[in-house]
Amino acid sequence: MSKYQLDYLEQLEAESIHIFREVAAQFERPALLFSGGKDSITLVHLAKKAFAPGKIPFPLVHIDTGHNFPEALNYRDQLAKELNADLIVRQVGDTIKQRNLTEPKGKFASRNWLQTYTLLDTIEEFGFDACIGGARRDEEKARAKERIFSVRDEFGQWDPKLQRPELWNVFNGRIHKGENVRVFPISNWTELDIWNYIRKEKIGLPSIYFSHDREVLLHEGQYVATSPFIQIDDTDVVLTKRVRYRTVGDMTCTAAIESNASTLDEVIHEITAARISERGETRIDDRVTEAAMEDRKKNGYF
Amino acid sequence: MDLLRFITAGSVDDGKSTLIGRLLYDSKNIMVDQLEVLEKQTKNKQAGSIDLALLTDGLRAEREQGITIDVAYRYFSTPKRKFIIADAPGHVQYTRNMITGASNASLIIILIDARQGVAEQTRRHSIIASLLNIPQVVVAINKMDLVEYSQDTYNNIVIDYAKVASQLGLQHVTYIPISALNGDNIVDASETMPWYEGQTLLNYLETVQVETNANLDDARMQVQFVIRPQTEALHDYRGYAGKVLSGVYKKGDSVKILPAGIESTIASLEVNGVAVEEAFAPQPVVIQLADDIDISRGDTIVKLGNEPKVENELEVLLCWLGDKPLQAGNKYYLQHNSRLIRTVVKEVSYKLDVNTLSQQPVTEGVKLNEVVKATIKTASPLVFDAYKTLPATGSAILIDETSNSTVAAVLIQ
Ligand SMILES: Nc1nc2c(ncn2[C@@H]2O[C@H](COP(=O)(O)OP(=O)(O)O)[C@@H](O)[C@H]2O)c(=O)[nH]1
Repeated sequence: MSKYQLDYLEQLEAESIHIFREVAAQFERPALLFSGGKDSITLVHLAKKAFAPGKIPFPLVHIDTGHNFPEALNYRDQLAKELNADLIVRQVGDTIKQRNLTEPKGKFASRNWLQTYTLLDTIEEFGFDACIGGARRDEEKARAKERIFSVRDEFGQWDPKLQRPELWNVFNGRIHKGENVRVFPISNWTELDIWNYIRKEKIGLPSIYFSHDREVLLHEGQYVATSPFIQIDDTDVVLTKRVRYRTVGDMTCTAAIESNASTLDEVIHEITAARISERGETRIDDRVTEAAMEDRKKNGYF
Repeated sequence: MDLLRFITAGSVDDGKSTLIGRLLYDSKNIMVDQLEVLEKQTKNKQAGSIDLALLTDGLRAEREQGITIDVAYRYFSTPKRKFIIADAPGHVQYTRNMITGASNASLIIILIDARQGVAEQTRRHSIIASLLNIPQVVVAINKMDLVEYSQDTYNNIVIDYAKVASQLGLQHVTYIPISALNGDNIVDASETMPWYEGQTLLNYLETVQVETNANLDDARMQVQFVIRPQTEALHDYRGYAGKVLSGVYKKGDSVKILPAGIESTIASLEVNGVAVEEAFAPQPVVIQLADDIDISRGDTIVKLGNEPKVENELEVLLCWLGDKPLQAGNKYYLQHNSRLIRTVVKEVSYKLDVNTLSQQPVTEGVKLNEVVKATIKTASPLVFDAYKTLPATGSAILIDETSNSTVAAVLIQ
């Protein structure tokens, strides 16, 4: 390679930083939707680089379902402090009360779907015109056609037919009042790219990404952490297993995988060898219907 | 390890989805659970086989119609390269999608059905490849199993396509006979076509030289965002953040700010928060200048003595992407990287027939999927190069002022 060439991670990084700067310049009130997972942690890291030595010119927004892993919440607060970033947290629990919504019921009652309400309320509260998210196109088939700048109507809805063609590296962020744009700077990264980047950049992660002992119950072949948020029946077998998480979502809808990988190298080694894709392995709710993601996106989910 | 972006083009049913599925499958980039879903969805197939085309078939509406209607992106990697595939559909009317997918590609795979040979669509896709200057063309002659793996059939198609290629001035064309369905010459060499001595498709994709960033001479950088921390420690810091679009910048370089024409010197360069001696395309850079001058988003910083054009009337090719037709006299926003300028389309001189390259008179408005030559006038001078010499500064989009949609791809002549 000539000295004027970038390797693939540097190219992806360059593209993402370019996108971040476009967002900051084109929108009046952007926000970065921070979930505490490795993808949004990578986003924050890229944002830091994009605006250095200045601070990140938009707030980090966390829509907290109340079902998060404590490790992820601690990490979030620590990160915001380190970066001197503005952090806005809004609780799904509050939305449920204010809007008199029905708490989902069932064994793994997930507030995942209700996040949309809190998100849309938060967008309105602060007048956000662009929400930056960590979705990747490789995650799932419905995502593969998502634009990097994805226009949503005032109900947060996504219409596959209304998406603008994106050419070269020119991003058209013009919108009408009431509309907003979801921006996905790491669209072109795969799960493995994220892990390799985290390793290369020595980005710290919440401890649940590495193997640890945890009390879990076995449900349809998946390990779900015991927590006050799930219903444990007498017939359930509760075990202590050595596990790690591959994605970090709610405690109710993220499954752990058995693993001894306690360092990044070991995790990456396992992932490279893994034969199950990220979503299939760790998202309990996606198994419900095959078009689950598509429905959720149409309804304003990130 | 580097990165290769390519696009696949072909008529409907030439086997594009099957080919992509095959590339992902044979290079072991498909996961077990995805395969399970596929197996469930596969209908009317003999036991044990799966329909690889389903892998790349995204939205539900499309699944119902059984066609792909937009550009989708796929990712796979081998130990040698990471690949990003823009999957553009083959329908006649979807020139728009192909242009979109091709705009970032450094290689195009054009699929030909061995039974049909070079078709009207093949010409169309090749013309678009040449308009957009895609450096490498792979002609994948598919469904060889249906022509008894015949070398003569293959040779005749190669001879036919070579004529198209020379007409269009396509420089780097590679031919590979394949069967996407059976996997011949995709990842593994074909046992049924011993007469073919070239590389398999994957092998070719892994090793082809794509001259990205080859242009080290013409330094171009456009300001995206001005960084002003205004903290005590960085009180007077004023950094111009943007991507190096082309070439190399060094600390101490004498530069000119366009369109204003002011001169200064590069006082410091930072990439990703780290001070560097030089920065090159496509790095995201922050430039500080020695002089206190007023620069804002959309301004271009170039090196003295190597300057792009600065004009407000330009000749362009417009690939029309909008549903509303273009009429001469219409006003739009032109977005040229980060610069947004009001623009009027003064004159549409001719329409390019994308099947024959012939120039046709424009009688009514310019419609979706049409390519025209036009003269546009911008409200203030644009800083640009010709698309053929520097795509990064020779390309732009037109935005409808009222709907905000992206209505045209602009290739500056
Ligand atoms: N015999 C044969 N059939 C093929 C081959 N490649 C694709 N097909 C079939 O051609 C049809 C269209 O393929 P598909 O991949 O959906 O085409 P697309 O419209 O270009 O995406 C399907 O029935 C495929 O199974 C091949 O190499 N040989």
